[in-house]
Amino acid sequence: MGKKSLRNKKNNKSGGESYSSSDFPFLWSFKNKLFNSGLFLAGITVILIVAGIFVSLIIASLPSIKEFGIDFLFSTKWNPVIEKFGALPFLVGTLLTSFLALAICIPFSLAISILLGEYFTEGWFASLVKTLTELLAGIPSVIYGFWGMFFLVPVVRYLENVIGVQPYGIGIFTSSLILAIMIIPYSASLGRDVIEMVPSEYKEAAYSLGATRFEVIKKIILPYSRSGIFAGIILALGRAVGETMAVTMLIGNSNKMPDSIFSPGNTMASVIANEFNESTFELYTSSLIEIGAVLFIVTIVINLVGKYIIKKFEVET
Amino acid sequence: MKNIEKRKLKNSVFKYSTVAIAILALLPLFFIIFYVFRKGLPVINWEFLTSVPKSIGESGGGILNAMVGTLMLVIIASAIAVPIGIFAGVLISEHPDNIISKMLNLSVEILQGIPSIVIGLIGYIWIVRQMGHFSALSGGITLSIMMLPMIIKHTKETLELIPDTLKESAYALGIPYYNTLLKVILPSGLSGIFTGILLGLARIAGETAPLLFTAFGNSYLNVDILKPVAALPLLIYNYATSPYQEWHKISWGASCILVIFVLTLNIISRLVIKKWKIKY
Amino acid sequence: MENKILKTEGLSAFYNENEAVQNVSVSFPKNEITAIMGPSGCGKTTFLRCLNRMHELTDGASIDGKILLNGENLNELEPIKVRRQIGMVFQHPNPFPTMSIFNNVIAGYKLNGIDKGEEEFRWIVEKSLKEAGLWEEVKNDLHKKGASLSGGQKQRLCIARALAINPEIILMDEPTSALDPVATKHIEELIGNLTKNVTVILVTHNMSQAGRVSDYAMFMYLGEMMETGNTDKMFTNPKKEITEKFLTGKIG
Repeated sequence: MGKKSLRNKKNNKSGGESYSSSDFPFLWSFKNKLFNSGLFLAGITVILIVAGIFVSLIIASLPSIKEFGIDFLFSTKWNPVIEKFGALPFLVGTLLTSFLALAICIPFSLAISILLGEYFTEGWFASLVKTLTELLAGIPSVIYGFWGMFFLVPVVRYLENVIGVQPYGIGIFTSSLILAIMIIPYSASLGRDVIEMVPSEYKEAAYSLGATRFEVIKKIILPYSRSGIFAGIILALGRAVGETMAVTMLIGNSNKMPDSIFSPGNTMASVIANEFNESTFELYTSSLIEIGAVLFIVTIVINLVGKYIIKKFEVET
Repeated sequence: MKNIEKRKLKNSVFKYSTVAIAILALLPLFFIIFYVFRKGLPVINWEFLTSVPKSIGESGGGILNAMVGTLMLVIIASAIAVPIGIFAGVLISEHPDNIISKMLNLSVEILQGIPSIVIGLIGYIWIVRQMGHFSALSGGITLSIMMLPMIIKHTKETLELIPDTLKESAYALGIPYYNTLLKVILPSGLSGIFTGILLGLARIAGETAPLLFTAFGNSYLNVDILKPVAALPLLIYNYATSPYQEWHKISWGASCILVIFVLTLNIISRLVIKKWKIKY
Repeated sequence: MENKILKTEGLSAFYNENEAVQNVSVSFPKNEITAIMGPSGCGKTTFLRCLNRMHELTDGASIDGKILLNGENLNELEPIKVRRQIGMVFQHPNPFPTMSIFNNVIAGYKLNGIDKGEEEFRWIVEKSLKEAGLWEEVKNDLHKKGASLSGGQKQRLCIARALAINPEIILMDEPTSALDPVATKHIEELIGNLTKNVTVILVTHNMSQAGRVSDYAMFMYLGEMMETGNTDKMFTNPKKEITEKFLTGKIG
């Protein structure tokens, strides 16, 4: 393709000045290519960062993997002094806190979802609830933890006295409480989106048969948006599993297997936060990083499963 | 007829319980903000904002180092994440069918879900280990990784909403591709992109975990990016978990400042969406 | 004999395998208004977009044949330069939303970083807005954003913007179909006055508009150019039966 310059149009114009039509920025074609390359460079950088995270975690865990193998995940002994590291207490801690938090949060986030998705889709009250929910998600984790230390702990301590267990105040239960509050916004907003997406034809068909609003919610809306709500719960779980600071401040930092939900304990995230800066030798550091790698894989799987369910739901709608 | 009465009753009960439970869910927000302000506001005064922490046992002191540190970290993080994030977002909206864009989409989803403590580990492995010591730079870079998904997503979603005709009218004037993107499309999407940046800022300003092994904290005022630096959330964490009453007070004051900062950013981003929304 | 500024030879346009424009060979008279009409989907917009090389921006689009501007083959030139010679106005008015009216008119220069100087830009803006029939209405509000105008005003702004870079030809793709009748009338009037300096090629599905506005007409149907000729003659005495059917409303 040859490049020809266009002739000046002076001869075509009547009156006024004429302008050269080759008014282009200097090296525009090169700049186009440069810009495009810049786009791809940015994209590849991000992809490499994510790939790099995975690779680095694995490589840095190798000393621990080589030393303990698969027993790492099943052993309950975490003892830096004798250089034996087993992560089971933390896996259990994470499981307990996350699922307990989930169980507590579900009715609340469902209530918000139904409120915003069905009863109040517009108006000042809806905006207020929406804003408050988003603000709830915006409060930093460390402040949740701090507040929990001074507000939740005495309450839980009182409760434990009443029940008759050791009144630590801190522990798995307390962490689950704060986690529950923190993850409400995540499943609530997703739940609201899917509930709003229920096609009005189905709702109207039910109304025209004389159903009450509650019945429409119970028999049409909720079953229809079931998978979307479930996805929201899964994503909230992913969030709960990875949550660090608030849990660290309320869980009691104990490396023994928890006896009950009122015992102190540690989660995968909190043990790393608590001990990483104290890990003075390679095996110790590597074991903590291996826990980080497990955490990484678990949260990715949970998140991707949740997002996959949402995609499927959107396609079906 | 009694059956209808029963059903109507269930209907009302359900509606009011739903509202009640939803309000109950939001109550902690008020408790927390109220508590933080009640305990934190009395602590804040001119000395608090302009001096550094005193040693244990001495009263007074402030959080200047933490505020300056947070500012430094946020600036470093934005300087890295904003250009990369915007360009990556543009890539996805311009070449949605390209394999790189598809991999990028997946990467962003993954990145969004990675716990902040794991990213802190990465910051340690990639930077602190190489440098041999903690630094503001490592903290800033770690935070930038966390900012990326927010910026990329908002940029992508904003640009996808811009009608193609805008691009076409620029092309029809003989404007080259890069100028069309930089001078027409991106400015038109500014409100959405800016929102993404603000929300990203609000998020990383409050993050503690990634800084535990990167910026590390500093009881002195430090502006050297190659040295460890204090940060508001770090200070809050360290002082709150200490046994000293004095330090708890400072922590409440710092929490108050942090909450005000984060809430302000959230509110501003809301206003930005409303006011700057450009109609085509 | 009129001077022919633009000519196509065997022009076909494709979207992947689909041949939307089939083997069209026509020429456009200089400084006249040519209307291309036809029912929806007949390929007239696709054909128009070939003329300023916008067609190739669509994924999977391709062309066959030649387009000659003043004898030069457009396909051998940089598209970006072709578009400086051949401007376009679109169906939906789309002034750049972040720019003022003033900057919208000279966007063709500003966006390319070309600085003609404050005084010359002011002259260009006034001249272009006058040609587009918008000057009187906006001359005191040039700093306001383009989005604050009515639909008809926005379209006239887009016409001014296209005129400002002094193209030889302006293509118009259904420029009034998104506008109300009053705005439409304004624009039809100003089109008539443009031919002093430019050649206008106008696509419309509204044949009475074609009859009102154009000097020369072309009728396309299902991708093929059926008939071309002087507007008055074609409307009163169409040569082909299918043209007659279109003009009397039997098809399209």
